[in-house]
Amino acid sequence: MITLEVNGRSVVVDVDPGTPLLWVLRENLQLMGTKYGCGAAQCGSCTVHVDGNAVRSCVLPVSAAAGKKVTTIEGLTEPSGAALKQAWIELDVPQCGYCQTGQIMSAAILLRQKRQPSDADIDACMGGNVCRCATYVRIRGAIHRAAALARGGAR
Amino acid sequence: MRRTLDRRVLLVASLAAAFALAQCRAAGPDPAAQARSAAAWATVYEVLQHPRCVNCHPAGDVPLVGEHREVHPQNVQSGGNGMGLFAMACPTCHRDENTPGRHMPPGAPRWHMPPRNTPLVFEGRGARELARQLADPSQNGNLSPQQLLEHVKSDPLVLWGWNPGEGRAPVPVPHRTFVAAFQDWVEGGCRVPE
Repeated sequence: MITLEVNGRSVVVDVDPGTPLLWVLRENLQLMGTKYGCGAAQCGSCTVHVDGNAVRSCVLPVSAAAGKKVTTIEGLTEPSGAALKQAWIELDVPQCGYCQTGQIMSAAILLRQKRQPSDADIDACMGGNVCRCATYVRIRGAIHRAAALARGGAR
Repeated sequence: MRRTLDRRVLLVASLAAAFALAQCRAAGPDPAAQARSAAAWATVYEVLQHPRCVNCHPAGDVPLVGEHREVHPQNVQSGGNGMGLFAMACPTCHRDENTPGRHMPPGAPRWHMPPRNTPLVFEGRGARELARQLADPSQNGNLSPQQLLEHVKSDPLVLWGWNPGEGRAPVPVPHRTFVAAFQDWVEGGCRVPE
């Protein structure tokens, strides 16, 4: 039995400790927003937060998250998260959409650390999130827009 | 008065640095030990030039990967403190242990690069240059020779070089041979080879 806190709720799961966190989120907890892409921490689509830091949940054994706070796209309620979701909709960012939850989870880390990120900051933060539809230009635009929304300056 | 104080602080700092260097170099007054120190450096240098060591001691801000020292994909950067940037901090993918399987992220506790202010570059450094750099506390992260020895003996990130996970070549020189050579190098006064 492994106990962890997912999106503010304490959960206990009966799984092999080596099970990737991603599978626990999707299979055991039915949180389908986090996606499986490569299974090797190469594409970023499985990105979630553990104790406030980005992790690739496809390579993180659930035992490494025991007792920690896990946040998935479903629980991204911080103000910058809401701004990101709004900006993503405004700029119509997704094409197929598969990678987008991972993109937003990474972008949320950036906005937490930089209220007004530069293009270089965005490149440095988002380089590990691959989008096969190549929506990168809209992603960059949406991050700038979300930063402005989070600062309260733009409507 | 402030300028005088600044000068005193500078003088004390300079003397301390010179003393540390002199201690390192004078630690092997015995000529035989000094000769052993200089000779041992070849083994130490061979290890430090292996991709398992060089890849996280690159000449720039970007770590390297693989046997051919290619630039780390995904635009990974050291981030100044050596821990990566934003959502691309090292622990985003690198855990405390290797992830099983080929092409999976390697791992060890506190996976990181040297910080930008003490980059401790191995890549492209000649044998003499690297020996001089490693012996100089102002360039080696302010470590004494004994602390350097402890680092190569027991730091999990160093030990990882001999347990790098599936699909990566370990350092071919055995770790105990490396430590013995490093000890000879230190005990003989951290000699810079001729």
